[in-house]
Amino acid sequence: MIKKIQIQDLSVNYGNHNVIEGLNLDIYENEVLAIIGPANSGKSSLLRCLNRMMDFNPKAKVKGKILLDGESIYDDEDSTTLRRRIGMVSPLPVGLPMTIKENVTYAPRMAGCKDQHELDAIMEDCLKKAALWDEVKDRLDTLATKLSGGQQQRLTIARALSHHPEVLCLDEFSIAIDPVTTMKIEAVLHELKKHITIVMVTNVINQAKRLGDRTAMMLHGKILDLNTNDKIFGGEVKDARTKDYIEGLFG
Amino acid sequence: MFNPSLQLIKKEIRQKNFENILSTVTFFLFLPALVIIFMLFLKGYPALSWNFLTQDPIHGMTAGGIFPTIVGTFWLVIISVLVSCPLGVTAAIYLSEYATDNKMNRLIRLAILNLAGVPSIVHALFGLGAFVLFLKMGTSILAASFTLAVMNLPVIITSTLESLQAVPMSYREASWNVGASKLQTIRHIVLPNSIPGILTGVVFAVGRSAGETAAILFTGVAFYLPFLPQTVFDQCMSLSMHLFTISTQVVGVPDSYPFATALVLIMLILSVNSIAVGLRYYFRTRRKW
Repeated sequence: MIKKIQIQDLSVNYGNHNVIEGLNLDIYENEVLAIIGPANSGKSSLLRCLNRMMDFNPKAKVKGKILLDGESIYDDEDSTTLRRRIGMVSPLPVGLPMTIKENVTYAPRMAGCKDQHELDAIMEDCLKKAALWDEVKDRLDTLATKLSGGQQQRLTIARALSHHPEVLCLDEFSIAIDPVTTMKIEAVLHELKKHITIVMVTNVINQAKRLGDRTAMMLHGKILDLNTNDKIFGGEVKDARTKDYIEGLFG
Repeated sequence: MFNPSLQLIKKEIRQKNFENILSTVTFFLFLPALVIIFMLFLKGYPALSWNFLTQDPIHGMTAGGIFPTIVGTFWLVIISVLVSCPLGVTAAIYLSEYATDNKMNRLIRLAILNLAGVPSIVHALFGLGAFVLFLKMGTSILAASFTLAVMNLPVIITSTLESLQAVPMSYREASWNVGASKLQTIRHIVLPNSIPGILTGVVFAVGRSAGETAAILFTGVAFYLPFLPQTVFDQCMSLSMHLFTISTQVVGVPDSYPFATALVLIMLILSVNSIAVGLRYYFRTRRKW
């Protein structure tokens, strides 16, 4: 298997507070890696390191190496190219205060695409992938902020897909969506993983079980366990706490 | 039947009382503005005519109109806003989007807040020293406008800064996440959503510039000029200064003249404000979160 992302000895701290300590992780191409773990264990921080969003936090210090396709993500001074290669979906829906159409075409437009036909094609494709097309196809020019929370979340996913990322990071994407829609999007992710790598932070353990090829258990900034799903959920764990967490006995 | 308990009735009465207090206070705040305009109109009415607005003052400013003062006020306001707006908005964007929270930048913020508290006559002396004498602009429209601009900068910076910070951080992050650069994010996300707030600051600046007397006293405004300014290096007359002159310095001015002049000044400011309110409304309805 080809290593898409290699994380080597990654440490993140905010001032004196260590969020991630000496983390090593390889993410393979075209796999779905689910990351589970209780709150405050550094899952979101890990995702934010991958697309260098930490650059914007002056208090955060990142040490260690992250390689994407074998090259350090810090090689290029400009982080925008990296961010186009890595799609990011935040836990709370963010519909930018513009129309639905402008929202989905925002990334390609910022990348310099001006061809209206191409933009329309990208928009339709991404909205369909995010299971939102049927609900909004008749009102593409209304403000995205008028959509419901669940619809905005799917819009966020559509926007993350609009720049054709190689890696898609999802940070608890389903907390604002109903189970039916969640299933629709999970089906989409199943389809997507043929082409791209997916890293998914989730609090729903069944989601990790359903979607993941491998699952990592994080606690206090370290990876306790990392294995293929049948092993992790089959009880073959290195640390007893992983088993407790999965079975809901944790704490 | 539902019989409200004594406690519920008391609660209801308290609620009503509180509402009444609030509306009364609001009304009394509104009242002075109405009374001022009404009084000015009443007392200035005899002098108001088309000629009053379009003619030069004659007979040692005891007769004629106020045309040159209106022209002068326009020059001053427009140039000062043209100077202070770009500067102020740029500074605010830097402070909000780029500056990190270090000692230097905290000092800059503190300085801006303090600058807002400096009395206008001090600004006038600064303008006299910096623009009139040091930069050798002489007493001119340019020097007076620059002085007004310096005076308005903190107002514009503070209000712009506030409206920039009111744009949720999650919007910026969403924009960065899809690979937009910092500049693109400011241009396409932050600025469009803070325009209403920025406009408010600019309107405050315009109102202050139009009404300001002390700051332009030594820097570019004349008591009386027999001609209209041709370039920015000429002196000019201004409504506020003219009002001061004919109220206190000139003998034999008809009673109605100062009131009519004041009314024109207030109407000018009000009309600028209403344009801005209209613009704000327009931007608000177009973009909303």
